[in-house]
Amino acid sequence: MVAPTGEDFLVLAGISKRYGGVRALENVDFACARGKIHAVLGENGAGKSTLIKIAAGVVQPDAGHMRLDGNAVSFASPSAANAAGVVCIFQELSLLPDLSVADNISIAAPPRRFGLIDAKAQRRRAEALLTEIGCEDVNPLLRVRDLPLSRRQMVEIAKALGQRPRLLILDEATSALTSADVERVYTMLARLKAEGVAILYISHRMHEVEALADRASVFRNGRHIETFEKGARSTAEIVQLMIGRDIATQYPSKPRRPRPQPALRIENLSWEKRLDQISIDVGAGEIVGLGGLDGQGQKTLLFALFGVLRGVTGTVSVNGRPVRPGSPAGAKAPGVGIALVPEDRKTEGLMLPMSIADNLAIASLDALSNGPFVNRVKERRAVEGGISRLQIKVGDKNDAVSTLSGGNQQKVVIAKWLMTQPRIVLLNDPTRGIDVGTKQELYRLMRELADQGAAILFYSTDYDELIGCCDRVAIMYDGRIVRELEGAELTETNIVASSLNIDAASSAAAPARVAAHV
Amino acid sequence: MSSAAEVPAPARFRFEDSSLAIKLRQNVGLVTAIALFCVIYLLYHVAHPKGFSSAVLVQNGDEIFTLAMVAMAQTVPVLAAGLDLSVGALMTMVGCFASYLLSGAPEGTPINLDLGGLHLVLATLPGGTTGLIVGMILCLVIGTLAGLLNGCVVVFGRIQPIIATLATGAIYIGIALFLRPQPGGKIDDDLNWAMTNSLGDFASTVHIFNDGAAPWFAPLAWIPVPFVLIILIAALVWVPFRRSVTGRAVYAVGSAEGAAYMSGLPIERAKIAAFTLGGFFAGCGGLFLAIQTSSGNADLPQAGAYTLNSIASVVIGGTSLLGGSGGAIGSIFGAMILRVISFFFRIFDIAPLLQPLFEGIILLAAVSIGALRMLRVRNTLELFR
Amino acid sequence: MTAVPANLILSRDDRPIVIAALFIIVILIGGTAYTWMHFGSAPLLSPNYLLQQLQIGSFLGIVAAGMMIVILISQIDLSVPWTLAAAAMLATAIGGPWAIPIGLAVGLIVGIVNGIGVAYLRVPSMIFTLGINAVMRGLMVAHTGGFAPQTAATDLMRYLAAERTFGIPNALFVWLAVSIVVVVILQRTALGRYIYAIGNKEAAAYLAGVNTRRVTVICFALCGLTAGLAGVLLAGYSVKAYQGMGDAYLLPSIAAVVIGGTNILGGRGRYLGTLVGVILIVLLNSVLSIMEMPEAGRQVIYGAVIILMLLVYGRGERVTS
Repeated sequence: MVAPTGEDFLVLAGISKRYGGVRALENVDFACARGKIHAVLGENGAGKSTLIKIAAGVVQPDAGHMRLDGNAVSFASPSAANAAGVVCIFQELSLLPDLSVADNISIAAPPRRFGLIDAKAQRRRAEALLTEIGCEDVNPLLRVRDLPLSRRQMVEIAKALGQRPRLLILDEATSALTSADVERVYTMLARLKAEGVAILYISHRMHEVEALADRASVFRNGRHIETFEKGARSTAEIVQLMIGRDIATQYPSKPRRPRPQPALRIENLSWEKRLDQISIDVGAGEIVGLGGLDGQGQKTLLFALFGVLRGVTGTVSVNGRPVRPGSPAGAKAPGVGIALVPEDRKTEGLMLPMSIADNLAIASLDALSNGPFVNRVKERRAVEGGISRLQIKVGDKNDAVSTLSGGNQQKVVIAKWLMTQPRIVLLNDPTRGIDVGTKQELYRLMRELADQGAAILFYSTDYDELIGCCDRVAIMYDGRIVRELEGAELTETNIVASSLNIDAASSAAAPARVAAHV
Repeated sequence: MSSAAEVPAPARFRFEDSSLAIKLRQNVGLVTAIALFCVIYLLYHVAHPKGFSSAVLVQNGDEIFTLAMVAMAQTVPVLAAGLDLSVGALMTMVGCFASYLLSGAPEGTPINLDLGGLHLVLATLPGGTTGLIVGMILCLVIGTLAGLLNGCVVVFGRIQPIIATLATGAIYIGIALFLRPQPGGKIDDDLNWAMTNSLGDFASTVHIFNDGAAPWFAPLAWIPVPFVLIILIAALVWVPFRRSVTGRAVYAVGSAEGAAYMSGLPIERAKIAAFTLGGFFAGCGGLFLAIQTSSGNADLPQAGAYTLNSIASVVIGGTSLLGGSGGAIGSIFGAMILRVISFFFRIFDIAPLLQPLFEGIILLAAVSIGALRMLRVRNTLELFR
Repeated sequence: MTAVPANLILSRDDRPIVIAALFIIVILIGGTAYTWMHFGSAPLLSPNYLLQQLQIGSFLGIVAAGMMIVILISQIDLSVPWTLAAAAMLATAIGGPWAIPIGLAVGLIVGIVNGIGVAYLRVPSMIFTLGINAVMRGLMVAHTGGFAPQTAATDLMRYLAAERTFGIPNALFVWLAVSIVVVVILQRTALGRYIYAIGNKEAAAYLAGVNTRRVTVICFALCGLTAGLAGVLLAGYSVKAYQGMGDAYLLPSIAAVVIGGTNILGGRGRYLGTLVGVILIVLLNSVLSIMEMPEAGRQVIYGAVIILMLLVYGRGERVTS
């Protein structure tokens, strides 16, 4: 059955929502149509998440009403929304790590026999759905815990697909995917679109939005600013709508100078089967990017340098002195001076219920203490210094860090490490899920740090970012560095080609161009 | 396309990718527990002068049953990432109720309530077999209701399970002490005999299968009743529960509560069901203990010991205390391992004084061996999940 | 914006402490009303009686102080009963000037072993400390032959636990000293920050360069030390050590910590709350003793009070994301 395309499916009228004293959404009118991919754009805290949470029944609005397919609805819970055909793929995975892939895919309404779950039917169903999105390689019996992040995301998508959505909401759903998987998701979305499914798409990657969306809506400060059709607005205009002010240049300029003395020298670093003879230098004042497809060992390399992994072979030297940190505590020790900004700020970067001040001071308490006692004056100064250096927007530094927006939370993580005055800064995809304005502040900060003599190793899944920020980019593939790109070589085409480990000569080949388009 | 060179080599079968291997890997705790139990139980029978005899099996079964039930009772809340510190107390309370309800008096058992001089006759249980069956069902209902209360305090009171059940456990022990300030009461002799011996004795007591003399029955007559009961309860209660939607929700809640909510699972129902089913299992344990000892005893230290041993059994049986993985079958084996270890003291004639020391050392050794795999972990972040 | 004076807003950590303190007053008033009606006296309001009750309560208070530290890093120490008893038994067995150091050393060593098991082997503390408790019990039963030890507490132990200075029991001074040390650790030292950080998110604390294993061992060592100290004092108070002397301290100490508003999952709670929780439990016990409440009723009331207090504190947050 093909439903009529273009007809409004979900309509929100006068929706408002506040959390405590903060207005998350204010009198929002919004509609999305059948058979259209509708992008929702906005900085963090613009109200996008609240919008989709309301549509998906996770939170209830304070005012306003919703119509779905012409009928007034209100969803008391996610399951109520699911029952009405509204299915959401959340940014924070909604998978159950200890259950199998098959269990997860059929979690809401498993096939049953005699009232009990029919494991065989469930497995067949999982296999069928995984095949549908090109993920035949995932064994439905495996536990989700044992899958890499990118596969989990695909399972999440299969799960959503299995609920036969009439409105599908994707919240940063491609952020963890490999390029090949992103292609598969696009194919799937195109098919759903043709079937008349309404699709809401939230992404911070502008090129994704441009490639996919038929229509886009921009949100800012809890208000719906504008909705426009594909091609009606340029990227620059869209960005300006999102942040509400002009942005001069996206990336700070790179200094022109000879390559500096290496501050961090890595030689033949190997670990398990995940890192294979990695050798690279990072000079003082240099920003070196790590690129490549997701999961090729970039994060592993950062963890290996930071002392998180055991059994690492090869040598690492800092300012010519060999170091081998056995733990993060060893890595941050004054003689080594390595800092790592982890990928997942909620579980690895912050103690969410603790205060902003406690989170900021935690890594540098050794320096802020006299003997066992914390010097409160020094601590206060250091904390205030960190807040002002990164311009973290805080009400009171004693508030819980969980009250901050995502971008400001990330700034707290970075400020925490800058307070230790590191020589070497490792950044693990620090701009993931961060709004445009904060991203630019972070780019400026990175360059500033480098200018002050820090050596920065910067992993990003965003190729634009690597090109814009880095002096050099090392591309990793299957645990090895396959290419270092520098100067004029540093182009998207080259990055994509090296990421797929095809040599530059054949980079005009179809797969590369498709991926580049992504 | 048809050239031989382009035909991909047939994928070689690799055992580690097969369904069986995946299942084994995912249940390594359970498999280890079963293997360990088989080894030490065989050793026990080899070392025992009357090893492999029905009498020894019966004795072992009687001593294992209650802990196995309490361990199952502990497992379900643990799977939902909640500990139940009241299982021992709940079990004790049900035992005290049983010591009133199962006297088997031929004229029937009156149920009275004396409250500060107020004397209420609530009902009278019929005498004979009907009365005993009604009494046993009542005991199990009491256990289930107490489990339901635990679940309600946790879910509607939104109190951490460990503290909520610490409190309800005190209340259950209080009720048990109210019922039996001193050990006492009586259990029908036939019931005691039928439940705590072999199937043959059971049949001859309840007069089925030609008083147990039916020829087809003879090869089964040696099996101890407690083992049969454990298997029946596991197969008829636990296995269906695990495969029900609610049962899976219990695993889901223990694995990631937020994700379970997002997936539209009935979280509150799952938690309440977990504690309620725990109450039922603990009730089975209390009922049996009363039948076996033919009395009710509000023994506070014993209740505490059962609670702690239930946790140990759950862990030895391969269930994660963090919730989400494992199962009650493993806990049964965990309980049996703990009990068999104490059997060894008897046959090796180790001074009873040293028993607690050995029990402690063996418990520590068991959990520490499991922990040795921590030393093989190459990514230290994995230690924190 | 209207400025609200900060001291009028009760933070999430303070609320339970105020409520528990109010409940203590309710217990005192209720208990006094009862004694006044039945005996025509008001012992609960006599300073001497209260001091005597607090003297008994100081042992629980010292155990709870250590328990709180372990609970703050989201662990638990179930080995307290026999750590306490072992410290008492060995202290009385050694006697002489070394009695107290030996008692404390026993607690410290057991605590360190617990900490190593939990931090390095990463065995769940619930299980590891349970096993250690069984081992300590086994060692002590073997040591004493299962009978009450015949050795007596030294004079110094008795002085600290049973005697008074300026009319105030010395045990209260020891409890005060322990309290000050714990407050200083939690509020003023880097260790204190690390304790709260680990309780909130151990992985994040580890990645922030906190030596989480060392902190965990220190926390268990402190808990063992307080259990040892309580054992030494309790033996001094009772003149000798006895089997099972620590059994009555495990669950009440956990209850006191929780009633004082410390999150059982770690990371949040103030020491003042634990102090108030201990006093609440001690006074509740003494009122029930005065009322000659049978054990059955005591247990029921005990359980009901814990549930009631936690319900009043405001229920935990429902998980929705």
